Amino acid sequence: MRCSTADCAETARKTEKDYVGFASLPNQLHRKSVKKGFDFTLMVAGESGLGKSTLVNSLFLTDLHKDRKLLNAEERIHQTVEIMKHTVDIEEKGVKLKLTIVDTPGFGDAVNNSECWSTITDYIEQQFEHYFRDESGLNRKNIQDNRVHCCLYFIPPFGHGLRPIDIEFMKALQDKVNVVPLIAKADCLTPGEIKKLKERLREETDKYGIKIYQFPDCDSDEDEEFKRQDRELKESSPFAVIGSNTVVEARGQRVRGRLYPWGIVEVENPSHCDFVKLRTMLIRTHMHDLKDITSDCHYENYRAQCIQTMTTKMNSDSRVESPIPLLPLNTPDVETENLIKKKDDELRRMQQMLQKMQQQMHEQDL
Amino acid sequence: MASSDVARMPEKAVRPLGLAGHVGFDSLPDQLVNKSICQGFCFNILCIGETGIGKSTLMDTLFNTNFENFESSHFEPQVKLRAQTYDLQESNVRLRLTVVNTVGFGDQMNKQESYQPVVDYIDKQFESYLQEELKIKRSLHNYHDSRVHACLYFISPSGHSLKSLDLVTMKKLDSKVNIIPVIAKADTISKSELHKFKIKIMSELVSNGVQIYQFPLDDETVAKVNTTMNGLLPFAVVGSTEEVSVGNKMVKARQYPWGVVQVENESHCDFVKLREMLICVNMEDLREQTHTRHYELYRRCKLEEMGFQDTNPECKPVSLQQTYEAKRQEFLVELQKREDEMRQMFVQRVKEKESELKDAERELQSRFEQLKRLHADEKATLEDKRRNLDDDLSSFGKRRAAAQLLQAQSLTANGKKDKDRKNSGFM
Repeated sequence: MRCSTADCAETARKTEKDYVGFASLPNQLHRKSVKKGFDFTLMVAGESGLGKSTLVNSLFLTDLHKDRKLLNAEERIHQTVEIMKHTVDIEEKGVKLKLTIVDTPGFGDAVNNSECWSTITDYIEQQFEHYFRDESGLNRKNIQDNRVHCCLYFIPPFGHGLRPIDIEFMKALQDKVNVVPLIAKADCLTPGEIKKLKERLREETDKYGIKIYQFPDCDSDEDEEFKRQDRELKESSPFAVIGSNTVVEARGQRVRGRLYPWGIVEVENPSHCDFVKLRTMLIRTHMHDLKDITSDCHYENYRAQCIQTMTTKMNSDSRVESPIPLLPLNTPDVETENLIKKKDDELRRMQQMLQKMQQQMHEQDL
Repeated sequence: MASSDVARMPEKAVRPLGLAGHVGFDSLPDQLVNKSICQGFCFNILCIGETGIGKSTLMDTLFNTNFENFESSHFEPQVKLRAQTYDLQESNVRLRLTVVNTVGFGDQMNKQESYQPVVDYIDKQFESYLQEELKIKRSLHNYHDSRVHACLYFISPSGHSLKSLDLVTMKKLDSKVNIIPVIAKADTISKSELHKFKIKIMSELVSNGVQIYQFPLDDETVAKVNTTMNGLLPFAVVGSTEEVSVGNKMVKARQYPWGVVQVENESHCDFVKLREMLICVNMEDLREQTHTRHYELYRRCKLEEMGFQDTNPECKPVSLQQTYEAKRQEFLVELQKREDEMRQMFVQRVKEKESELKDAERELQSRFEQLKRLHADEKATLEDKRRNLDDDLSSFGKRRAAAQLLQAQSLTANGKKDKDRKNSGFM
């Protein structure tokens, strides 16, 4: 809630005569949502060794990957990509969040990585399909939303920009999930190098037409502080992040950080990295927007595509029973479509002939 | 190797002799050193690593200079190698340094063939040296040795273990070149993580049978320091050509908001150790190992391939000369056979062409005859027509003349009649 509920109530009570009472709607919404609880599914993808697990731990201040087994280099030569889900329930000030982290171990680790993201895209589509079936079912009371709301993609900071595998992966996922690219292990880049890399990444994202998650523009009647924050967020994309599992002592405080012989990197220090911005964006301000775009854009596209393929299949093979109740759509069947096409062609030909004749007549007149 | 074996075999009686005074052959090493300083030294380094991992920067930092480097793109379709040669000089020692970098390593989606261009390059250098050695008139003295003496393999600082590509590549290269693995961009790993990382890397290399270069322990003056260094492999390095002021000095360093990583500070990274080991202490040993181990292995494999053997089945050493002669004969016989084949084919083709041409000629001739006949026929018809025309013309002329005469007669007759009428009219 951007405007506090107290303000709304006050302005309402100022004009007692015209007081209706619906200014308390945001309040009611607030109460109901707290009671219902929230859920969020976050996917992390990237080569192993880029700090994905550490970052997730730092974001949600827990330790999600207690005893995981990392493979040796030899075992990884022919590794396939797997999907691993961890679900946790966390609570803060009475607000419950069911958080699911989808991990993708094995991505980009094998020697031959062609099509290594097919497991990931299959998983995302599977979640869409489940939701589609649930939504179209008879009993819709307890729909579980397992759709992936956001995918954090980790780009290694050791190169000069995007690599072919990065581009292919993001393009394969751009229409299925909100892709948020991050620069991983940013403590190996000086501030000048970070700036250069961010510019390069933005350029290449535009050049290759990759549709990453765009922050929505804020309304013109928001306050200046919010607008400034929003602008800062947009300018520092993609975020350069550092994660840490350990707590160190810096400047008299205990903070999450990394201890080096030459200094201490503080994860939550905005001048060291963009971790705070990422956390703000992901959890504090844009979580709901990510969910909205997933259900309004990506899911709807999937649904429309699904229905269309099903109806064309049904029309060509009328024996197939549709598991989902569909309204009789006005899609013309194949024969009429062909007829229409033929008539169109004929018309076009006649038009062309007419044009030619007109031209000839014109020339003759001259 | 035959010659060194001979030297080591205990001979009949080589007894050590004591000297009664100073002879002077203790200056032999000095003579050698002077000679080699005059000649100059040569060293070739191969750097393998992903694009952007810091190969060029590390080379610049190691040799304290600025090699002209340019950024490579991530979109090379295949791995390529780029070699650049420089002449450096320090005090009175001249060094011809060749730095070979991989371009596009690790960028492709399918990296199964990524090691091949590197292996091909190394073999090519061995091959050209072998060719020079086998020449009749050879000048090994002046030959620019381009064989790769050291290979720096840059490991990405993931903190977990080697990448699968690293393992596959190093396995293919360990019998061809001295591999020195280094951990690149080491300022992203903290001290505790680094210790674990190094142990993991070495255990993976050992368990997969990859033989990396071990600093030599047979020379007592450097054995101790080499042993320590062998235990610190792989070196975690940071490279930088920019200078930052620390205290009151300008040092090579990287400046971060949280501190300054000094390249030459031993508690920050192992750069100084790498420089010492690679350049100061073991450069000559690297060259020697390349020549005596890797090159000899290559040479043996190559010659065996060509059919040479050190001993033939009757256990008598076969001289190179004889084997070479036998091979040559074989080759000549085959050449002769091929030549004959070609000649036959040539003759046949010529025959075919001849017959074809003859046919063509005959055809042309018949066509010519035909055309001639046609021509004659047409001419005859034309003549006929012309005669007819002439006849017509002459008959027409006659008729015209007759008609004119008649007309003239009738005119005069009419004129008389008119006169008569006129005359009668008057009257």
